[in-house]
Amino acid sequence: MSGAGTRDCPEAPPIRVTGLRSAFGANVIHENLDLEIRPGEIVGLIGGSGSGKSVLLRTILGLQTPAAGKVEVFGHNIHVSAERQEAERRVGVLFQGSALFSALTVIENVEAPMIEHTQLPPAFMRELAAFKIKLSGLPDDAANKRPAELSGGMVKRAGLARAIALDPELLFLDEPTAGLDPIAAEEFDQLVCALRDALGLTVLMVTHDLDSLYAVCDRVAVLADRKVLACAPLPELERSEHPWLKSYLRGPRGRAAHNAAAQRSGH
Amino acid sequence: MSAPGYHLDRDGGPLVLTLSGTWEIVHLRDVPDRLMNDLGGGDENVVLKIADLSEIDTAGAFAVARALGNRQVDVVGELRPEFKGLASLINSRRQPFEDLPPKPRSKFAVFDRIGRDVVDFGQEAYRGQVFAGRMVMTLVGLVRHPRRVRLTPLVLMMEQAGLAATPIVFFMTFFIGAVLALVGSNMLQTLGVKIYAVELVGIGVLREFGAVVAAILFSGRSASAFAAQLGSMRMNQEIDAMQVMGVDVFEALVAPRVIAALIMLPLLILVADLGGLAGGMLVSSALLNISPDLFLQRLVDSVGIQQFWVGLAKAPLFALVIGATGCRQGLSVGSDVESLGARVTAAVVQSIFLIIMFDALFAVLFWRLDL
Repeated sequence: MSGAGTRDCPEAPPIRVTGLRSAFGANVIHENLDLEIRPGEIVGLIGGSGSGKSVLLRTILGLQTPAAGKVEVFGHNIHVSAERQEAERRVGVLFQGSALFSALTVIENVEAPMIEHTQLPPAFMRELAAFKIKLSGLPDDAANKRPAELSGGMVKRAGLARAIALDPELLFLDEPTAGLDPIAAEEFDQLVCALRDALGLTVLMVTHDLDSLYAVCDRVAVLADRKVLACAPLPELERSEHPWLKSYLRGPRGRAAHNAAAQRSGH
Repeated sequence: MSAPGYHLDRDGGPLVLTLSGTWEIVHLRDVPDRLMNDLGGGDENVVLKIADLSEIDTAGAFAVARALGNRQVDVVGELRPEFKGLASLINSRRQPFEDLPPKPRSKFAVFDRIGRDVVDFGQEAYRGQVFAGRMVMTLVGLVRHPRRVRLTPLVLMMEQAGLAATPIVFFMTFFIGAVLALVGSNMLQTLGVKIYAVELVGIGVLREFGAVVAAILFSGRSASAFAAQLGSMRMNQEIDAMQVMGVDVFEALVAPRVIAALIMLPLLILVADLGGLAGGMLVSSALLNISPDLFLQRLVDSVGIQQFWVGLAKAPLFALVIGATGCRQGLSVGSDVESLGARVTAAVVQSIFLIIMFDALFAVLFWRLDL
């Protein structure tokens, strides 16, 4: 790690977004948006359809250039290509559709980032990839299958296995539990928590799964009115008087999830 | 940040393994295998010292766990909470990976492959017939109920596949016509019958090259495009969605493309003929002193319009072949990217092959008919 501008700042937060403005033509998505995530946190990102969750995610990942503002990942400006590489390796992403390489088997998908970034011996790499597949809760025989042969839930898990292949410090999950059955979703939540505890992972997850929000998120960032309305623990958000947040968290589903979470912590 | 290191101490009492440095995936390199070899098999107890270990991730922990195997391990040194979590995570999931059955290999593998290919070929031919049948029935249905033709996609396809191809078709045949005149010029001049360059270019272009070159270009541009369009729709489940909605895929997707080919290919052949004649005319007047006036006069007198019709007569069959091959390959795409590539390739290769084959059949047919 040398060279000007690419030096490591240990105290830099995993994600710091300042004064972000994203716009498509006259359509402004974000205006003066700020967001900071601390190490080891699991932060949920919620917001209505069209509030720009995906755009924000893509901007933080460096896939989209903002009209104004700055996105820093571990203190590196993600939109400056020299600094970007520093951050890239430390980030894992589970895309909404998993984005697995369809021409490769699951185990080859998990090995792909390892081949790109490490010099591990091939046999060890294969065993490590198999371990990651096991870690994400896939059965052994899934390893040699193509993504097209897997069910929706298994594709999600395979995507997660690839996302954690390089032991990222920062993990992005885009709707990880959408399309999973409740048991699988619950297991997924536990898996994310276990990974965080073991690896000190920082997680930013876009999700609408209220149970998941209550179960795993330390804080929840609310995207509304073109900015991050609040980034706070859920109990605090429940007291908010913002109309959208109110109907989101105090609607029937929100209350059910709240009660379920209360019951769980009561036992 | 220091490289991952380890030290093995065997003398006196139990085996002591001391870990140091950064045991992270990008720094590991061949350390996992070296550690495994140095430790070797066996089941003696191991004392693990981790005081100098600065960082470790799942890859590092997995490497250590893999090398230690089922040995009894005593850990010396401050066990940071995250290390503890990592250790339990590794142990909870580190069951031996089920060995996958190796692929059966036999000495008859070659015959196995040949057999499969023959069956594949037969099935492909059969499916081609099924597709052709459905396409013909759809086209007949549309002739009986012309209002069911979907105009918007038809016009779009005519523009994309036909109109956009005119410049390239014109210039390709322009050069072919020019080359034809050029190659013939020497020999004809030696024989003293240079005026026959007009017949050479006229018959060559009108009868053969115009139609074949236009059709080959059309299949290169459009059979591939048809296959890619329908293939990505198939991968995206759009075709399934249409079927469930009760939309006839053949009527909505295949028919507009095939009809667009049927309308545009004859026009492209006309463009190709004009290009080829223009090229021939240019070379004739520059090298053979055949003035454009004379060229055109001779063209009308001794080549005649019949050659043009003979060339154009092949257009409908070529158009059907190109449209059908492109659409059929597109609809056969599976759910992975590889099959998309394979099908688009097959669309182009098959349609060009069929064009040349049918052109040869036409040549024999017209020869028998004395046309």
